[in-house]
Amino acid sequence: MTITSGATRLGARARVAVGATRAVNAVSRQLRLGSGTVIGGRAGLALDPGLLGRLAAGRTVAMVSGTNGKTTTTRLLAAALAAGDAGPVVTNSTGSNMPAGHVAALAAGARQGPAVLEVDEGYLPGLVRSVGPGAVVLLNLSRDQLDRTSEVRRVAGRWRAALGDAPATTVVANADDPLVAWGAGTAHRVVWVAAGLGWRLDAVGCPACEGTITFDDVDGGWSCSCGFARPAVDVSLVAGADGEVDSRWADGRLLPVVLGIPGRFNRANAVMAAAAAEALGVPAGRALLAMSTVDEVAGRFTTPVIHGVSTRLMLAKNPAGWVELLGLVRGDGTPVVVGINARVADGRDPSWLWDVPFEELRGRPVVATGERCLDLSVRLRYAEVAHETVRDPFDAVRCAAAAPARHGGAAVEFIGNYTAFHDLLGRR
Amino acid sequence: MSRATCTVAVVYPDLLGTYGDGGNGLVLARRAAWRGIPVELVEASSSGPLPRADVYCLGGGEDGPQVRAAEALRADGTLARAVGEGAAVLAVCAGYQIVGRSFPDAQGAAREGVGILDVTTVKGPGPRAVGEVLADPLAPGPGPDPLPVLTGFENHAGVTTVGPGAVPLARVVAGVGNGNGDRSEGAWAGRVVGTYLHGPVLARNPGLADLLLGWAVGPGVRLAPLDDRAELALRADRLGAGRAGAGRRLARGRRAG
Repeated sequence: MTITSGATRLGARARVAVGATRAVNAVSRQLRLGSGTVIGGRAGLALDPGLLGRLAAGRTVAMVSGTNGKTTTTRLLAAALAAGDAGPVVTNSTGSNMPAGHVAALAAGARQGPAVLEVDEGYLPGLVRSVGPGAVVLLNLSRDQLDRTSEVRRVAGRWRAALGDAPATTVVANADDPLVAWGAGTAHRVVWVAAGLGWRLDAVGCPACEGTITFDDVDGGWSCSCGFARPAVDVSLVAGADGEVDSRWADGRLLPVVLGIPGRFNRANAVMAAAAAEALGVPAGRALLAMSTVDEVAGRFTTPVIHGVSTRLMLAKNPAGWVELLGLVRGDGTPVVVGINARVADGRDPSWLWDVPFEELRGRPVVATGERCLDLSVRLRYAEVAHETVRDPFDAVRCAAAAPARHGGAAVEFIGNYTAFHDLLGRR
Repeated sequence: MSRATCTVAVVYPDLLGTYGDGGNGLVLARRAAWRGIPVELVEASSSGPLPRADVYCLGGGEDGPQVRAAEALRADGTLARAVGEGAAVLAVCAGYQIVGRSFPDAQGAAREGVGILDVTTVKGPGPRAVGEVLADPLAPGPGPDPLPVLTGFENHAGVTTVGPGAVPLARVVAGVGNGNGDRSEGAWAGRVVGTYLHGPVLARNPGLADLLLGWAVGPGVRLAPLDDRAELALRADRLGAGRAGAGRRLARGRRAG
C-alpha cells in the first residue's frame, strides 16, 4: 500500500494513463469527433484500471446521483465548494457520468482540490467502493430509460449494500423518496432533506417488505405497515418572503434559497447540495450564496434566439422530470415545443410518454417535434391536446412562434428529452 | 333509446404501472367517448377490491410487484369471475404472464398465475428480449376480421409457451415475442388477449383497441370509424423501422435463441 500526503503522487503507470487520457481527448476535440471526455477516459482506464481511485486519492470527493437533477445539483455543489478554501474544484460538468467521464475530468483538472462528480445511478455502488467519497447526494429514483437500466428497486438495494460499507461517507438523502430512504438506510451518517417527490408511481411498492407505501399529502410523510417510514427530517424547504423559498435546518437556522435558475425542484436540489457542502466544510449559508450565481446548467434554462425567436431551453429525461417542467411552464399561454427522440441515450422505448400528464398543455399552442414526434402526436391526441407535428426542431420553433399568444419573457418554451435537447442546443 | 355504457379498468397501476401501459386504458376510454359511448375509466388500486368492468387492462411491472399483483388477483377472485361472465382482458408483459398458469419470480421459482389464459412462462436462458417488434396476426384471430400487423416494443426475460387452451396471437417478423422457438407472439382465448408489446400496444394498434372495445360494448353497438391519421402515421413509421431492424438482423445472420 502506498501512503500519500499533500499533493498525491501518481505511479508511473498512472502517469502514463493520465497522459493518454488527456492526449486522446485533445485529439478527439481537434478532430471534432466529440466533446472528448469519454473516449480519453476509456483509454486511461484501459492502461490503468485503478486510475480513478488513484486520481481521487487525497482529494475531497462528493458524488451526486439519482434519476433527476444530477447535472444541475452537481453544478450547484461545484459552485458551493468553489466558495470554500480547498482550491479549484474539478467536476464532470459535461454530464459524462460514468467512470470514463470521471477519469477524464480528474485527469484534465488540477491535481489537488475537491472533486464533484455526477454519477450514474447504476455505477454509484462501485464508485463509492473504489473512491470512498466524503459526501454522496441521493436525489430520487424513478423510471428512466426502460429498455436498458435496471429496475429502480434493484438499484436502491445495491446503493444500500455499498453505503453500508462506507463509514467515512456522509450521505445527503431525499427523505421524501422511499426508494432513496431505503438505499441510504444503512449509511453511517445521513442528512435527511425533505426535497419533495413530484412523481410517486415508482415509490408505492415498499422496498423493505414489498407491501404498499401510503403517503400523507398534508405533511409529506409516508409509511408502510411493516414499519418502514419517512426518516426524521434534518432540513426542509419552507415558503419565504416574496414567493421565494427558505430552508429550515435542524439547528434552527432559516437560510434563504435564491437561485438564478427556475423551479421549486431546483431549490430542493440546491438545499441538498448545501447540506453536502456543509458536510465537506463549507457552511450551508455560504454555499447557498455561491449557488445564486449559477444561471444556466449545460444549456438548460438558457434563452437563446433561434431564427429570431427567443426560446427557453429545458431538458426532461423521464416522467418525473416532465412533471416538474410541465409544472414550471404552467399558467401562461406561451407556445410550447415538445421534442422527443428515442436514441440509446434517451432510451429506445418512448412508452413513458403515456406516464407524462401532457393533458396540462391543453388550450395553449403546442408543437410536437423530434425523431419520435409521431409517438408524441398520438399521445397528445389521446390527451386531447390540439397540436402541430413538425419533425425538424428548428422548424417546430418557427411554427410555434407563429402562434398568436405572446407574453413577456421567452416567446417559446422548448422542452426536449436528452438528445432532442442537445440537438437543438448544438445547432443553434 | 338506450346506449351501452362501458367500464374500462386499469388493473393495479400501483403494481403494474411500468412501461406506460396505463395508456391502454386511456386509449379505450377515449375511443369510446369519441364515438359518443358513455364510458368510465377506473384505476383500480391493489389496496381495494377489483371493481366489475367490461374490459380489464393489465400492464408491465417489476418482479416483486408482479408476484404481489398475481396473489392479490387470485385472492380477490373478481377478474376470473368477470372473464367467465364475458368481460374482456388485455394483458401486457408482466400482466400477460400473470393471467397465465404460472410465471417465474425474481429467483426464477414458479408462481401461480390467475389461470384465465392457458400460457406458462419460465425464465429464459438468454439476455432480456428488448427492442421493436413487428408481428403478423395469425388466423383464426380473436376477432371476426384479421388484425393488421402488430407493432410494439418488448422488454422481458420470460419465455412463454402457449397451451392447448389458447392460441398464439401473431407470428414475429422482427423481435422475439414469446421466445419459445416457434416465433409466436402473445396468445388469446375467448376475450382474453395477452401480448408482450408495449408502446402502449393499443396506441400503436387501434385495430386491436377497437376489437376489445367492440367486445366491451356488445354486438348491438356499431363502432363508427375515427380519424386515426396520427395513429396511421405512427404505424407507418414504426413498421418501416421494424422492417429495417429485421433486415439488419438477417444480414448479421440468425441470432441464437
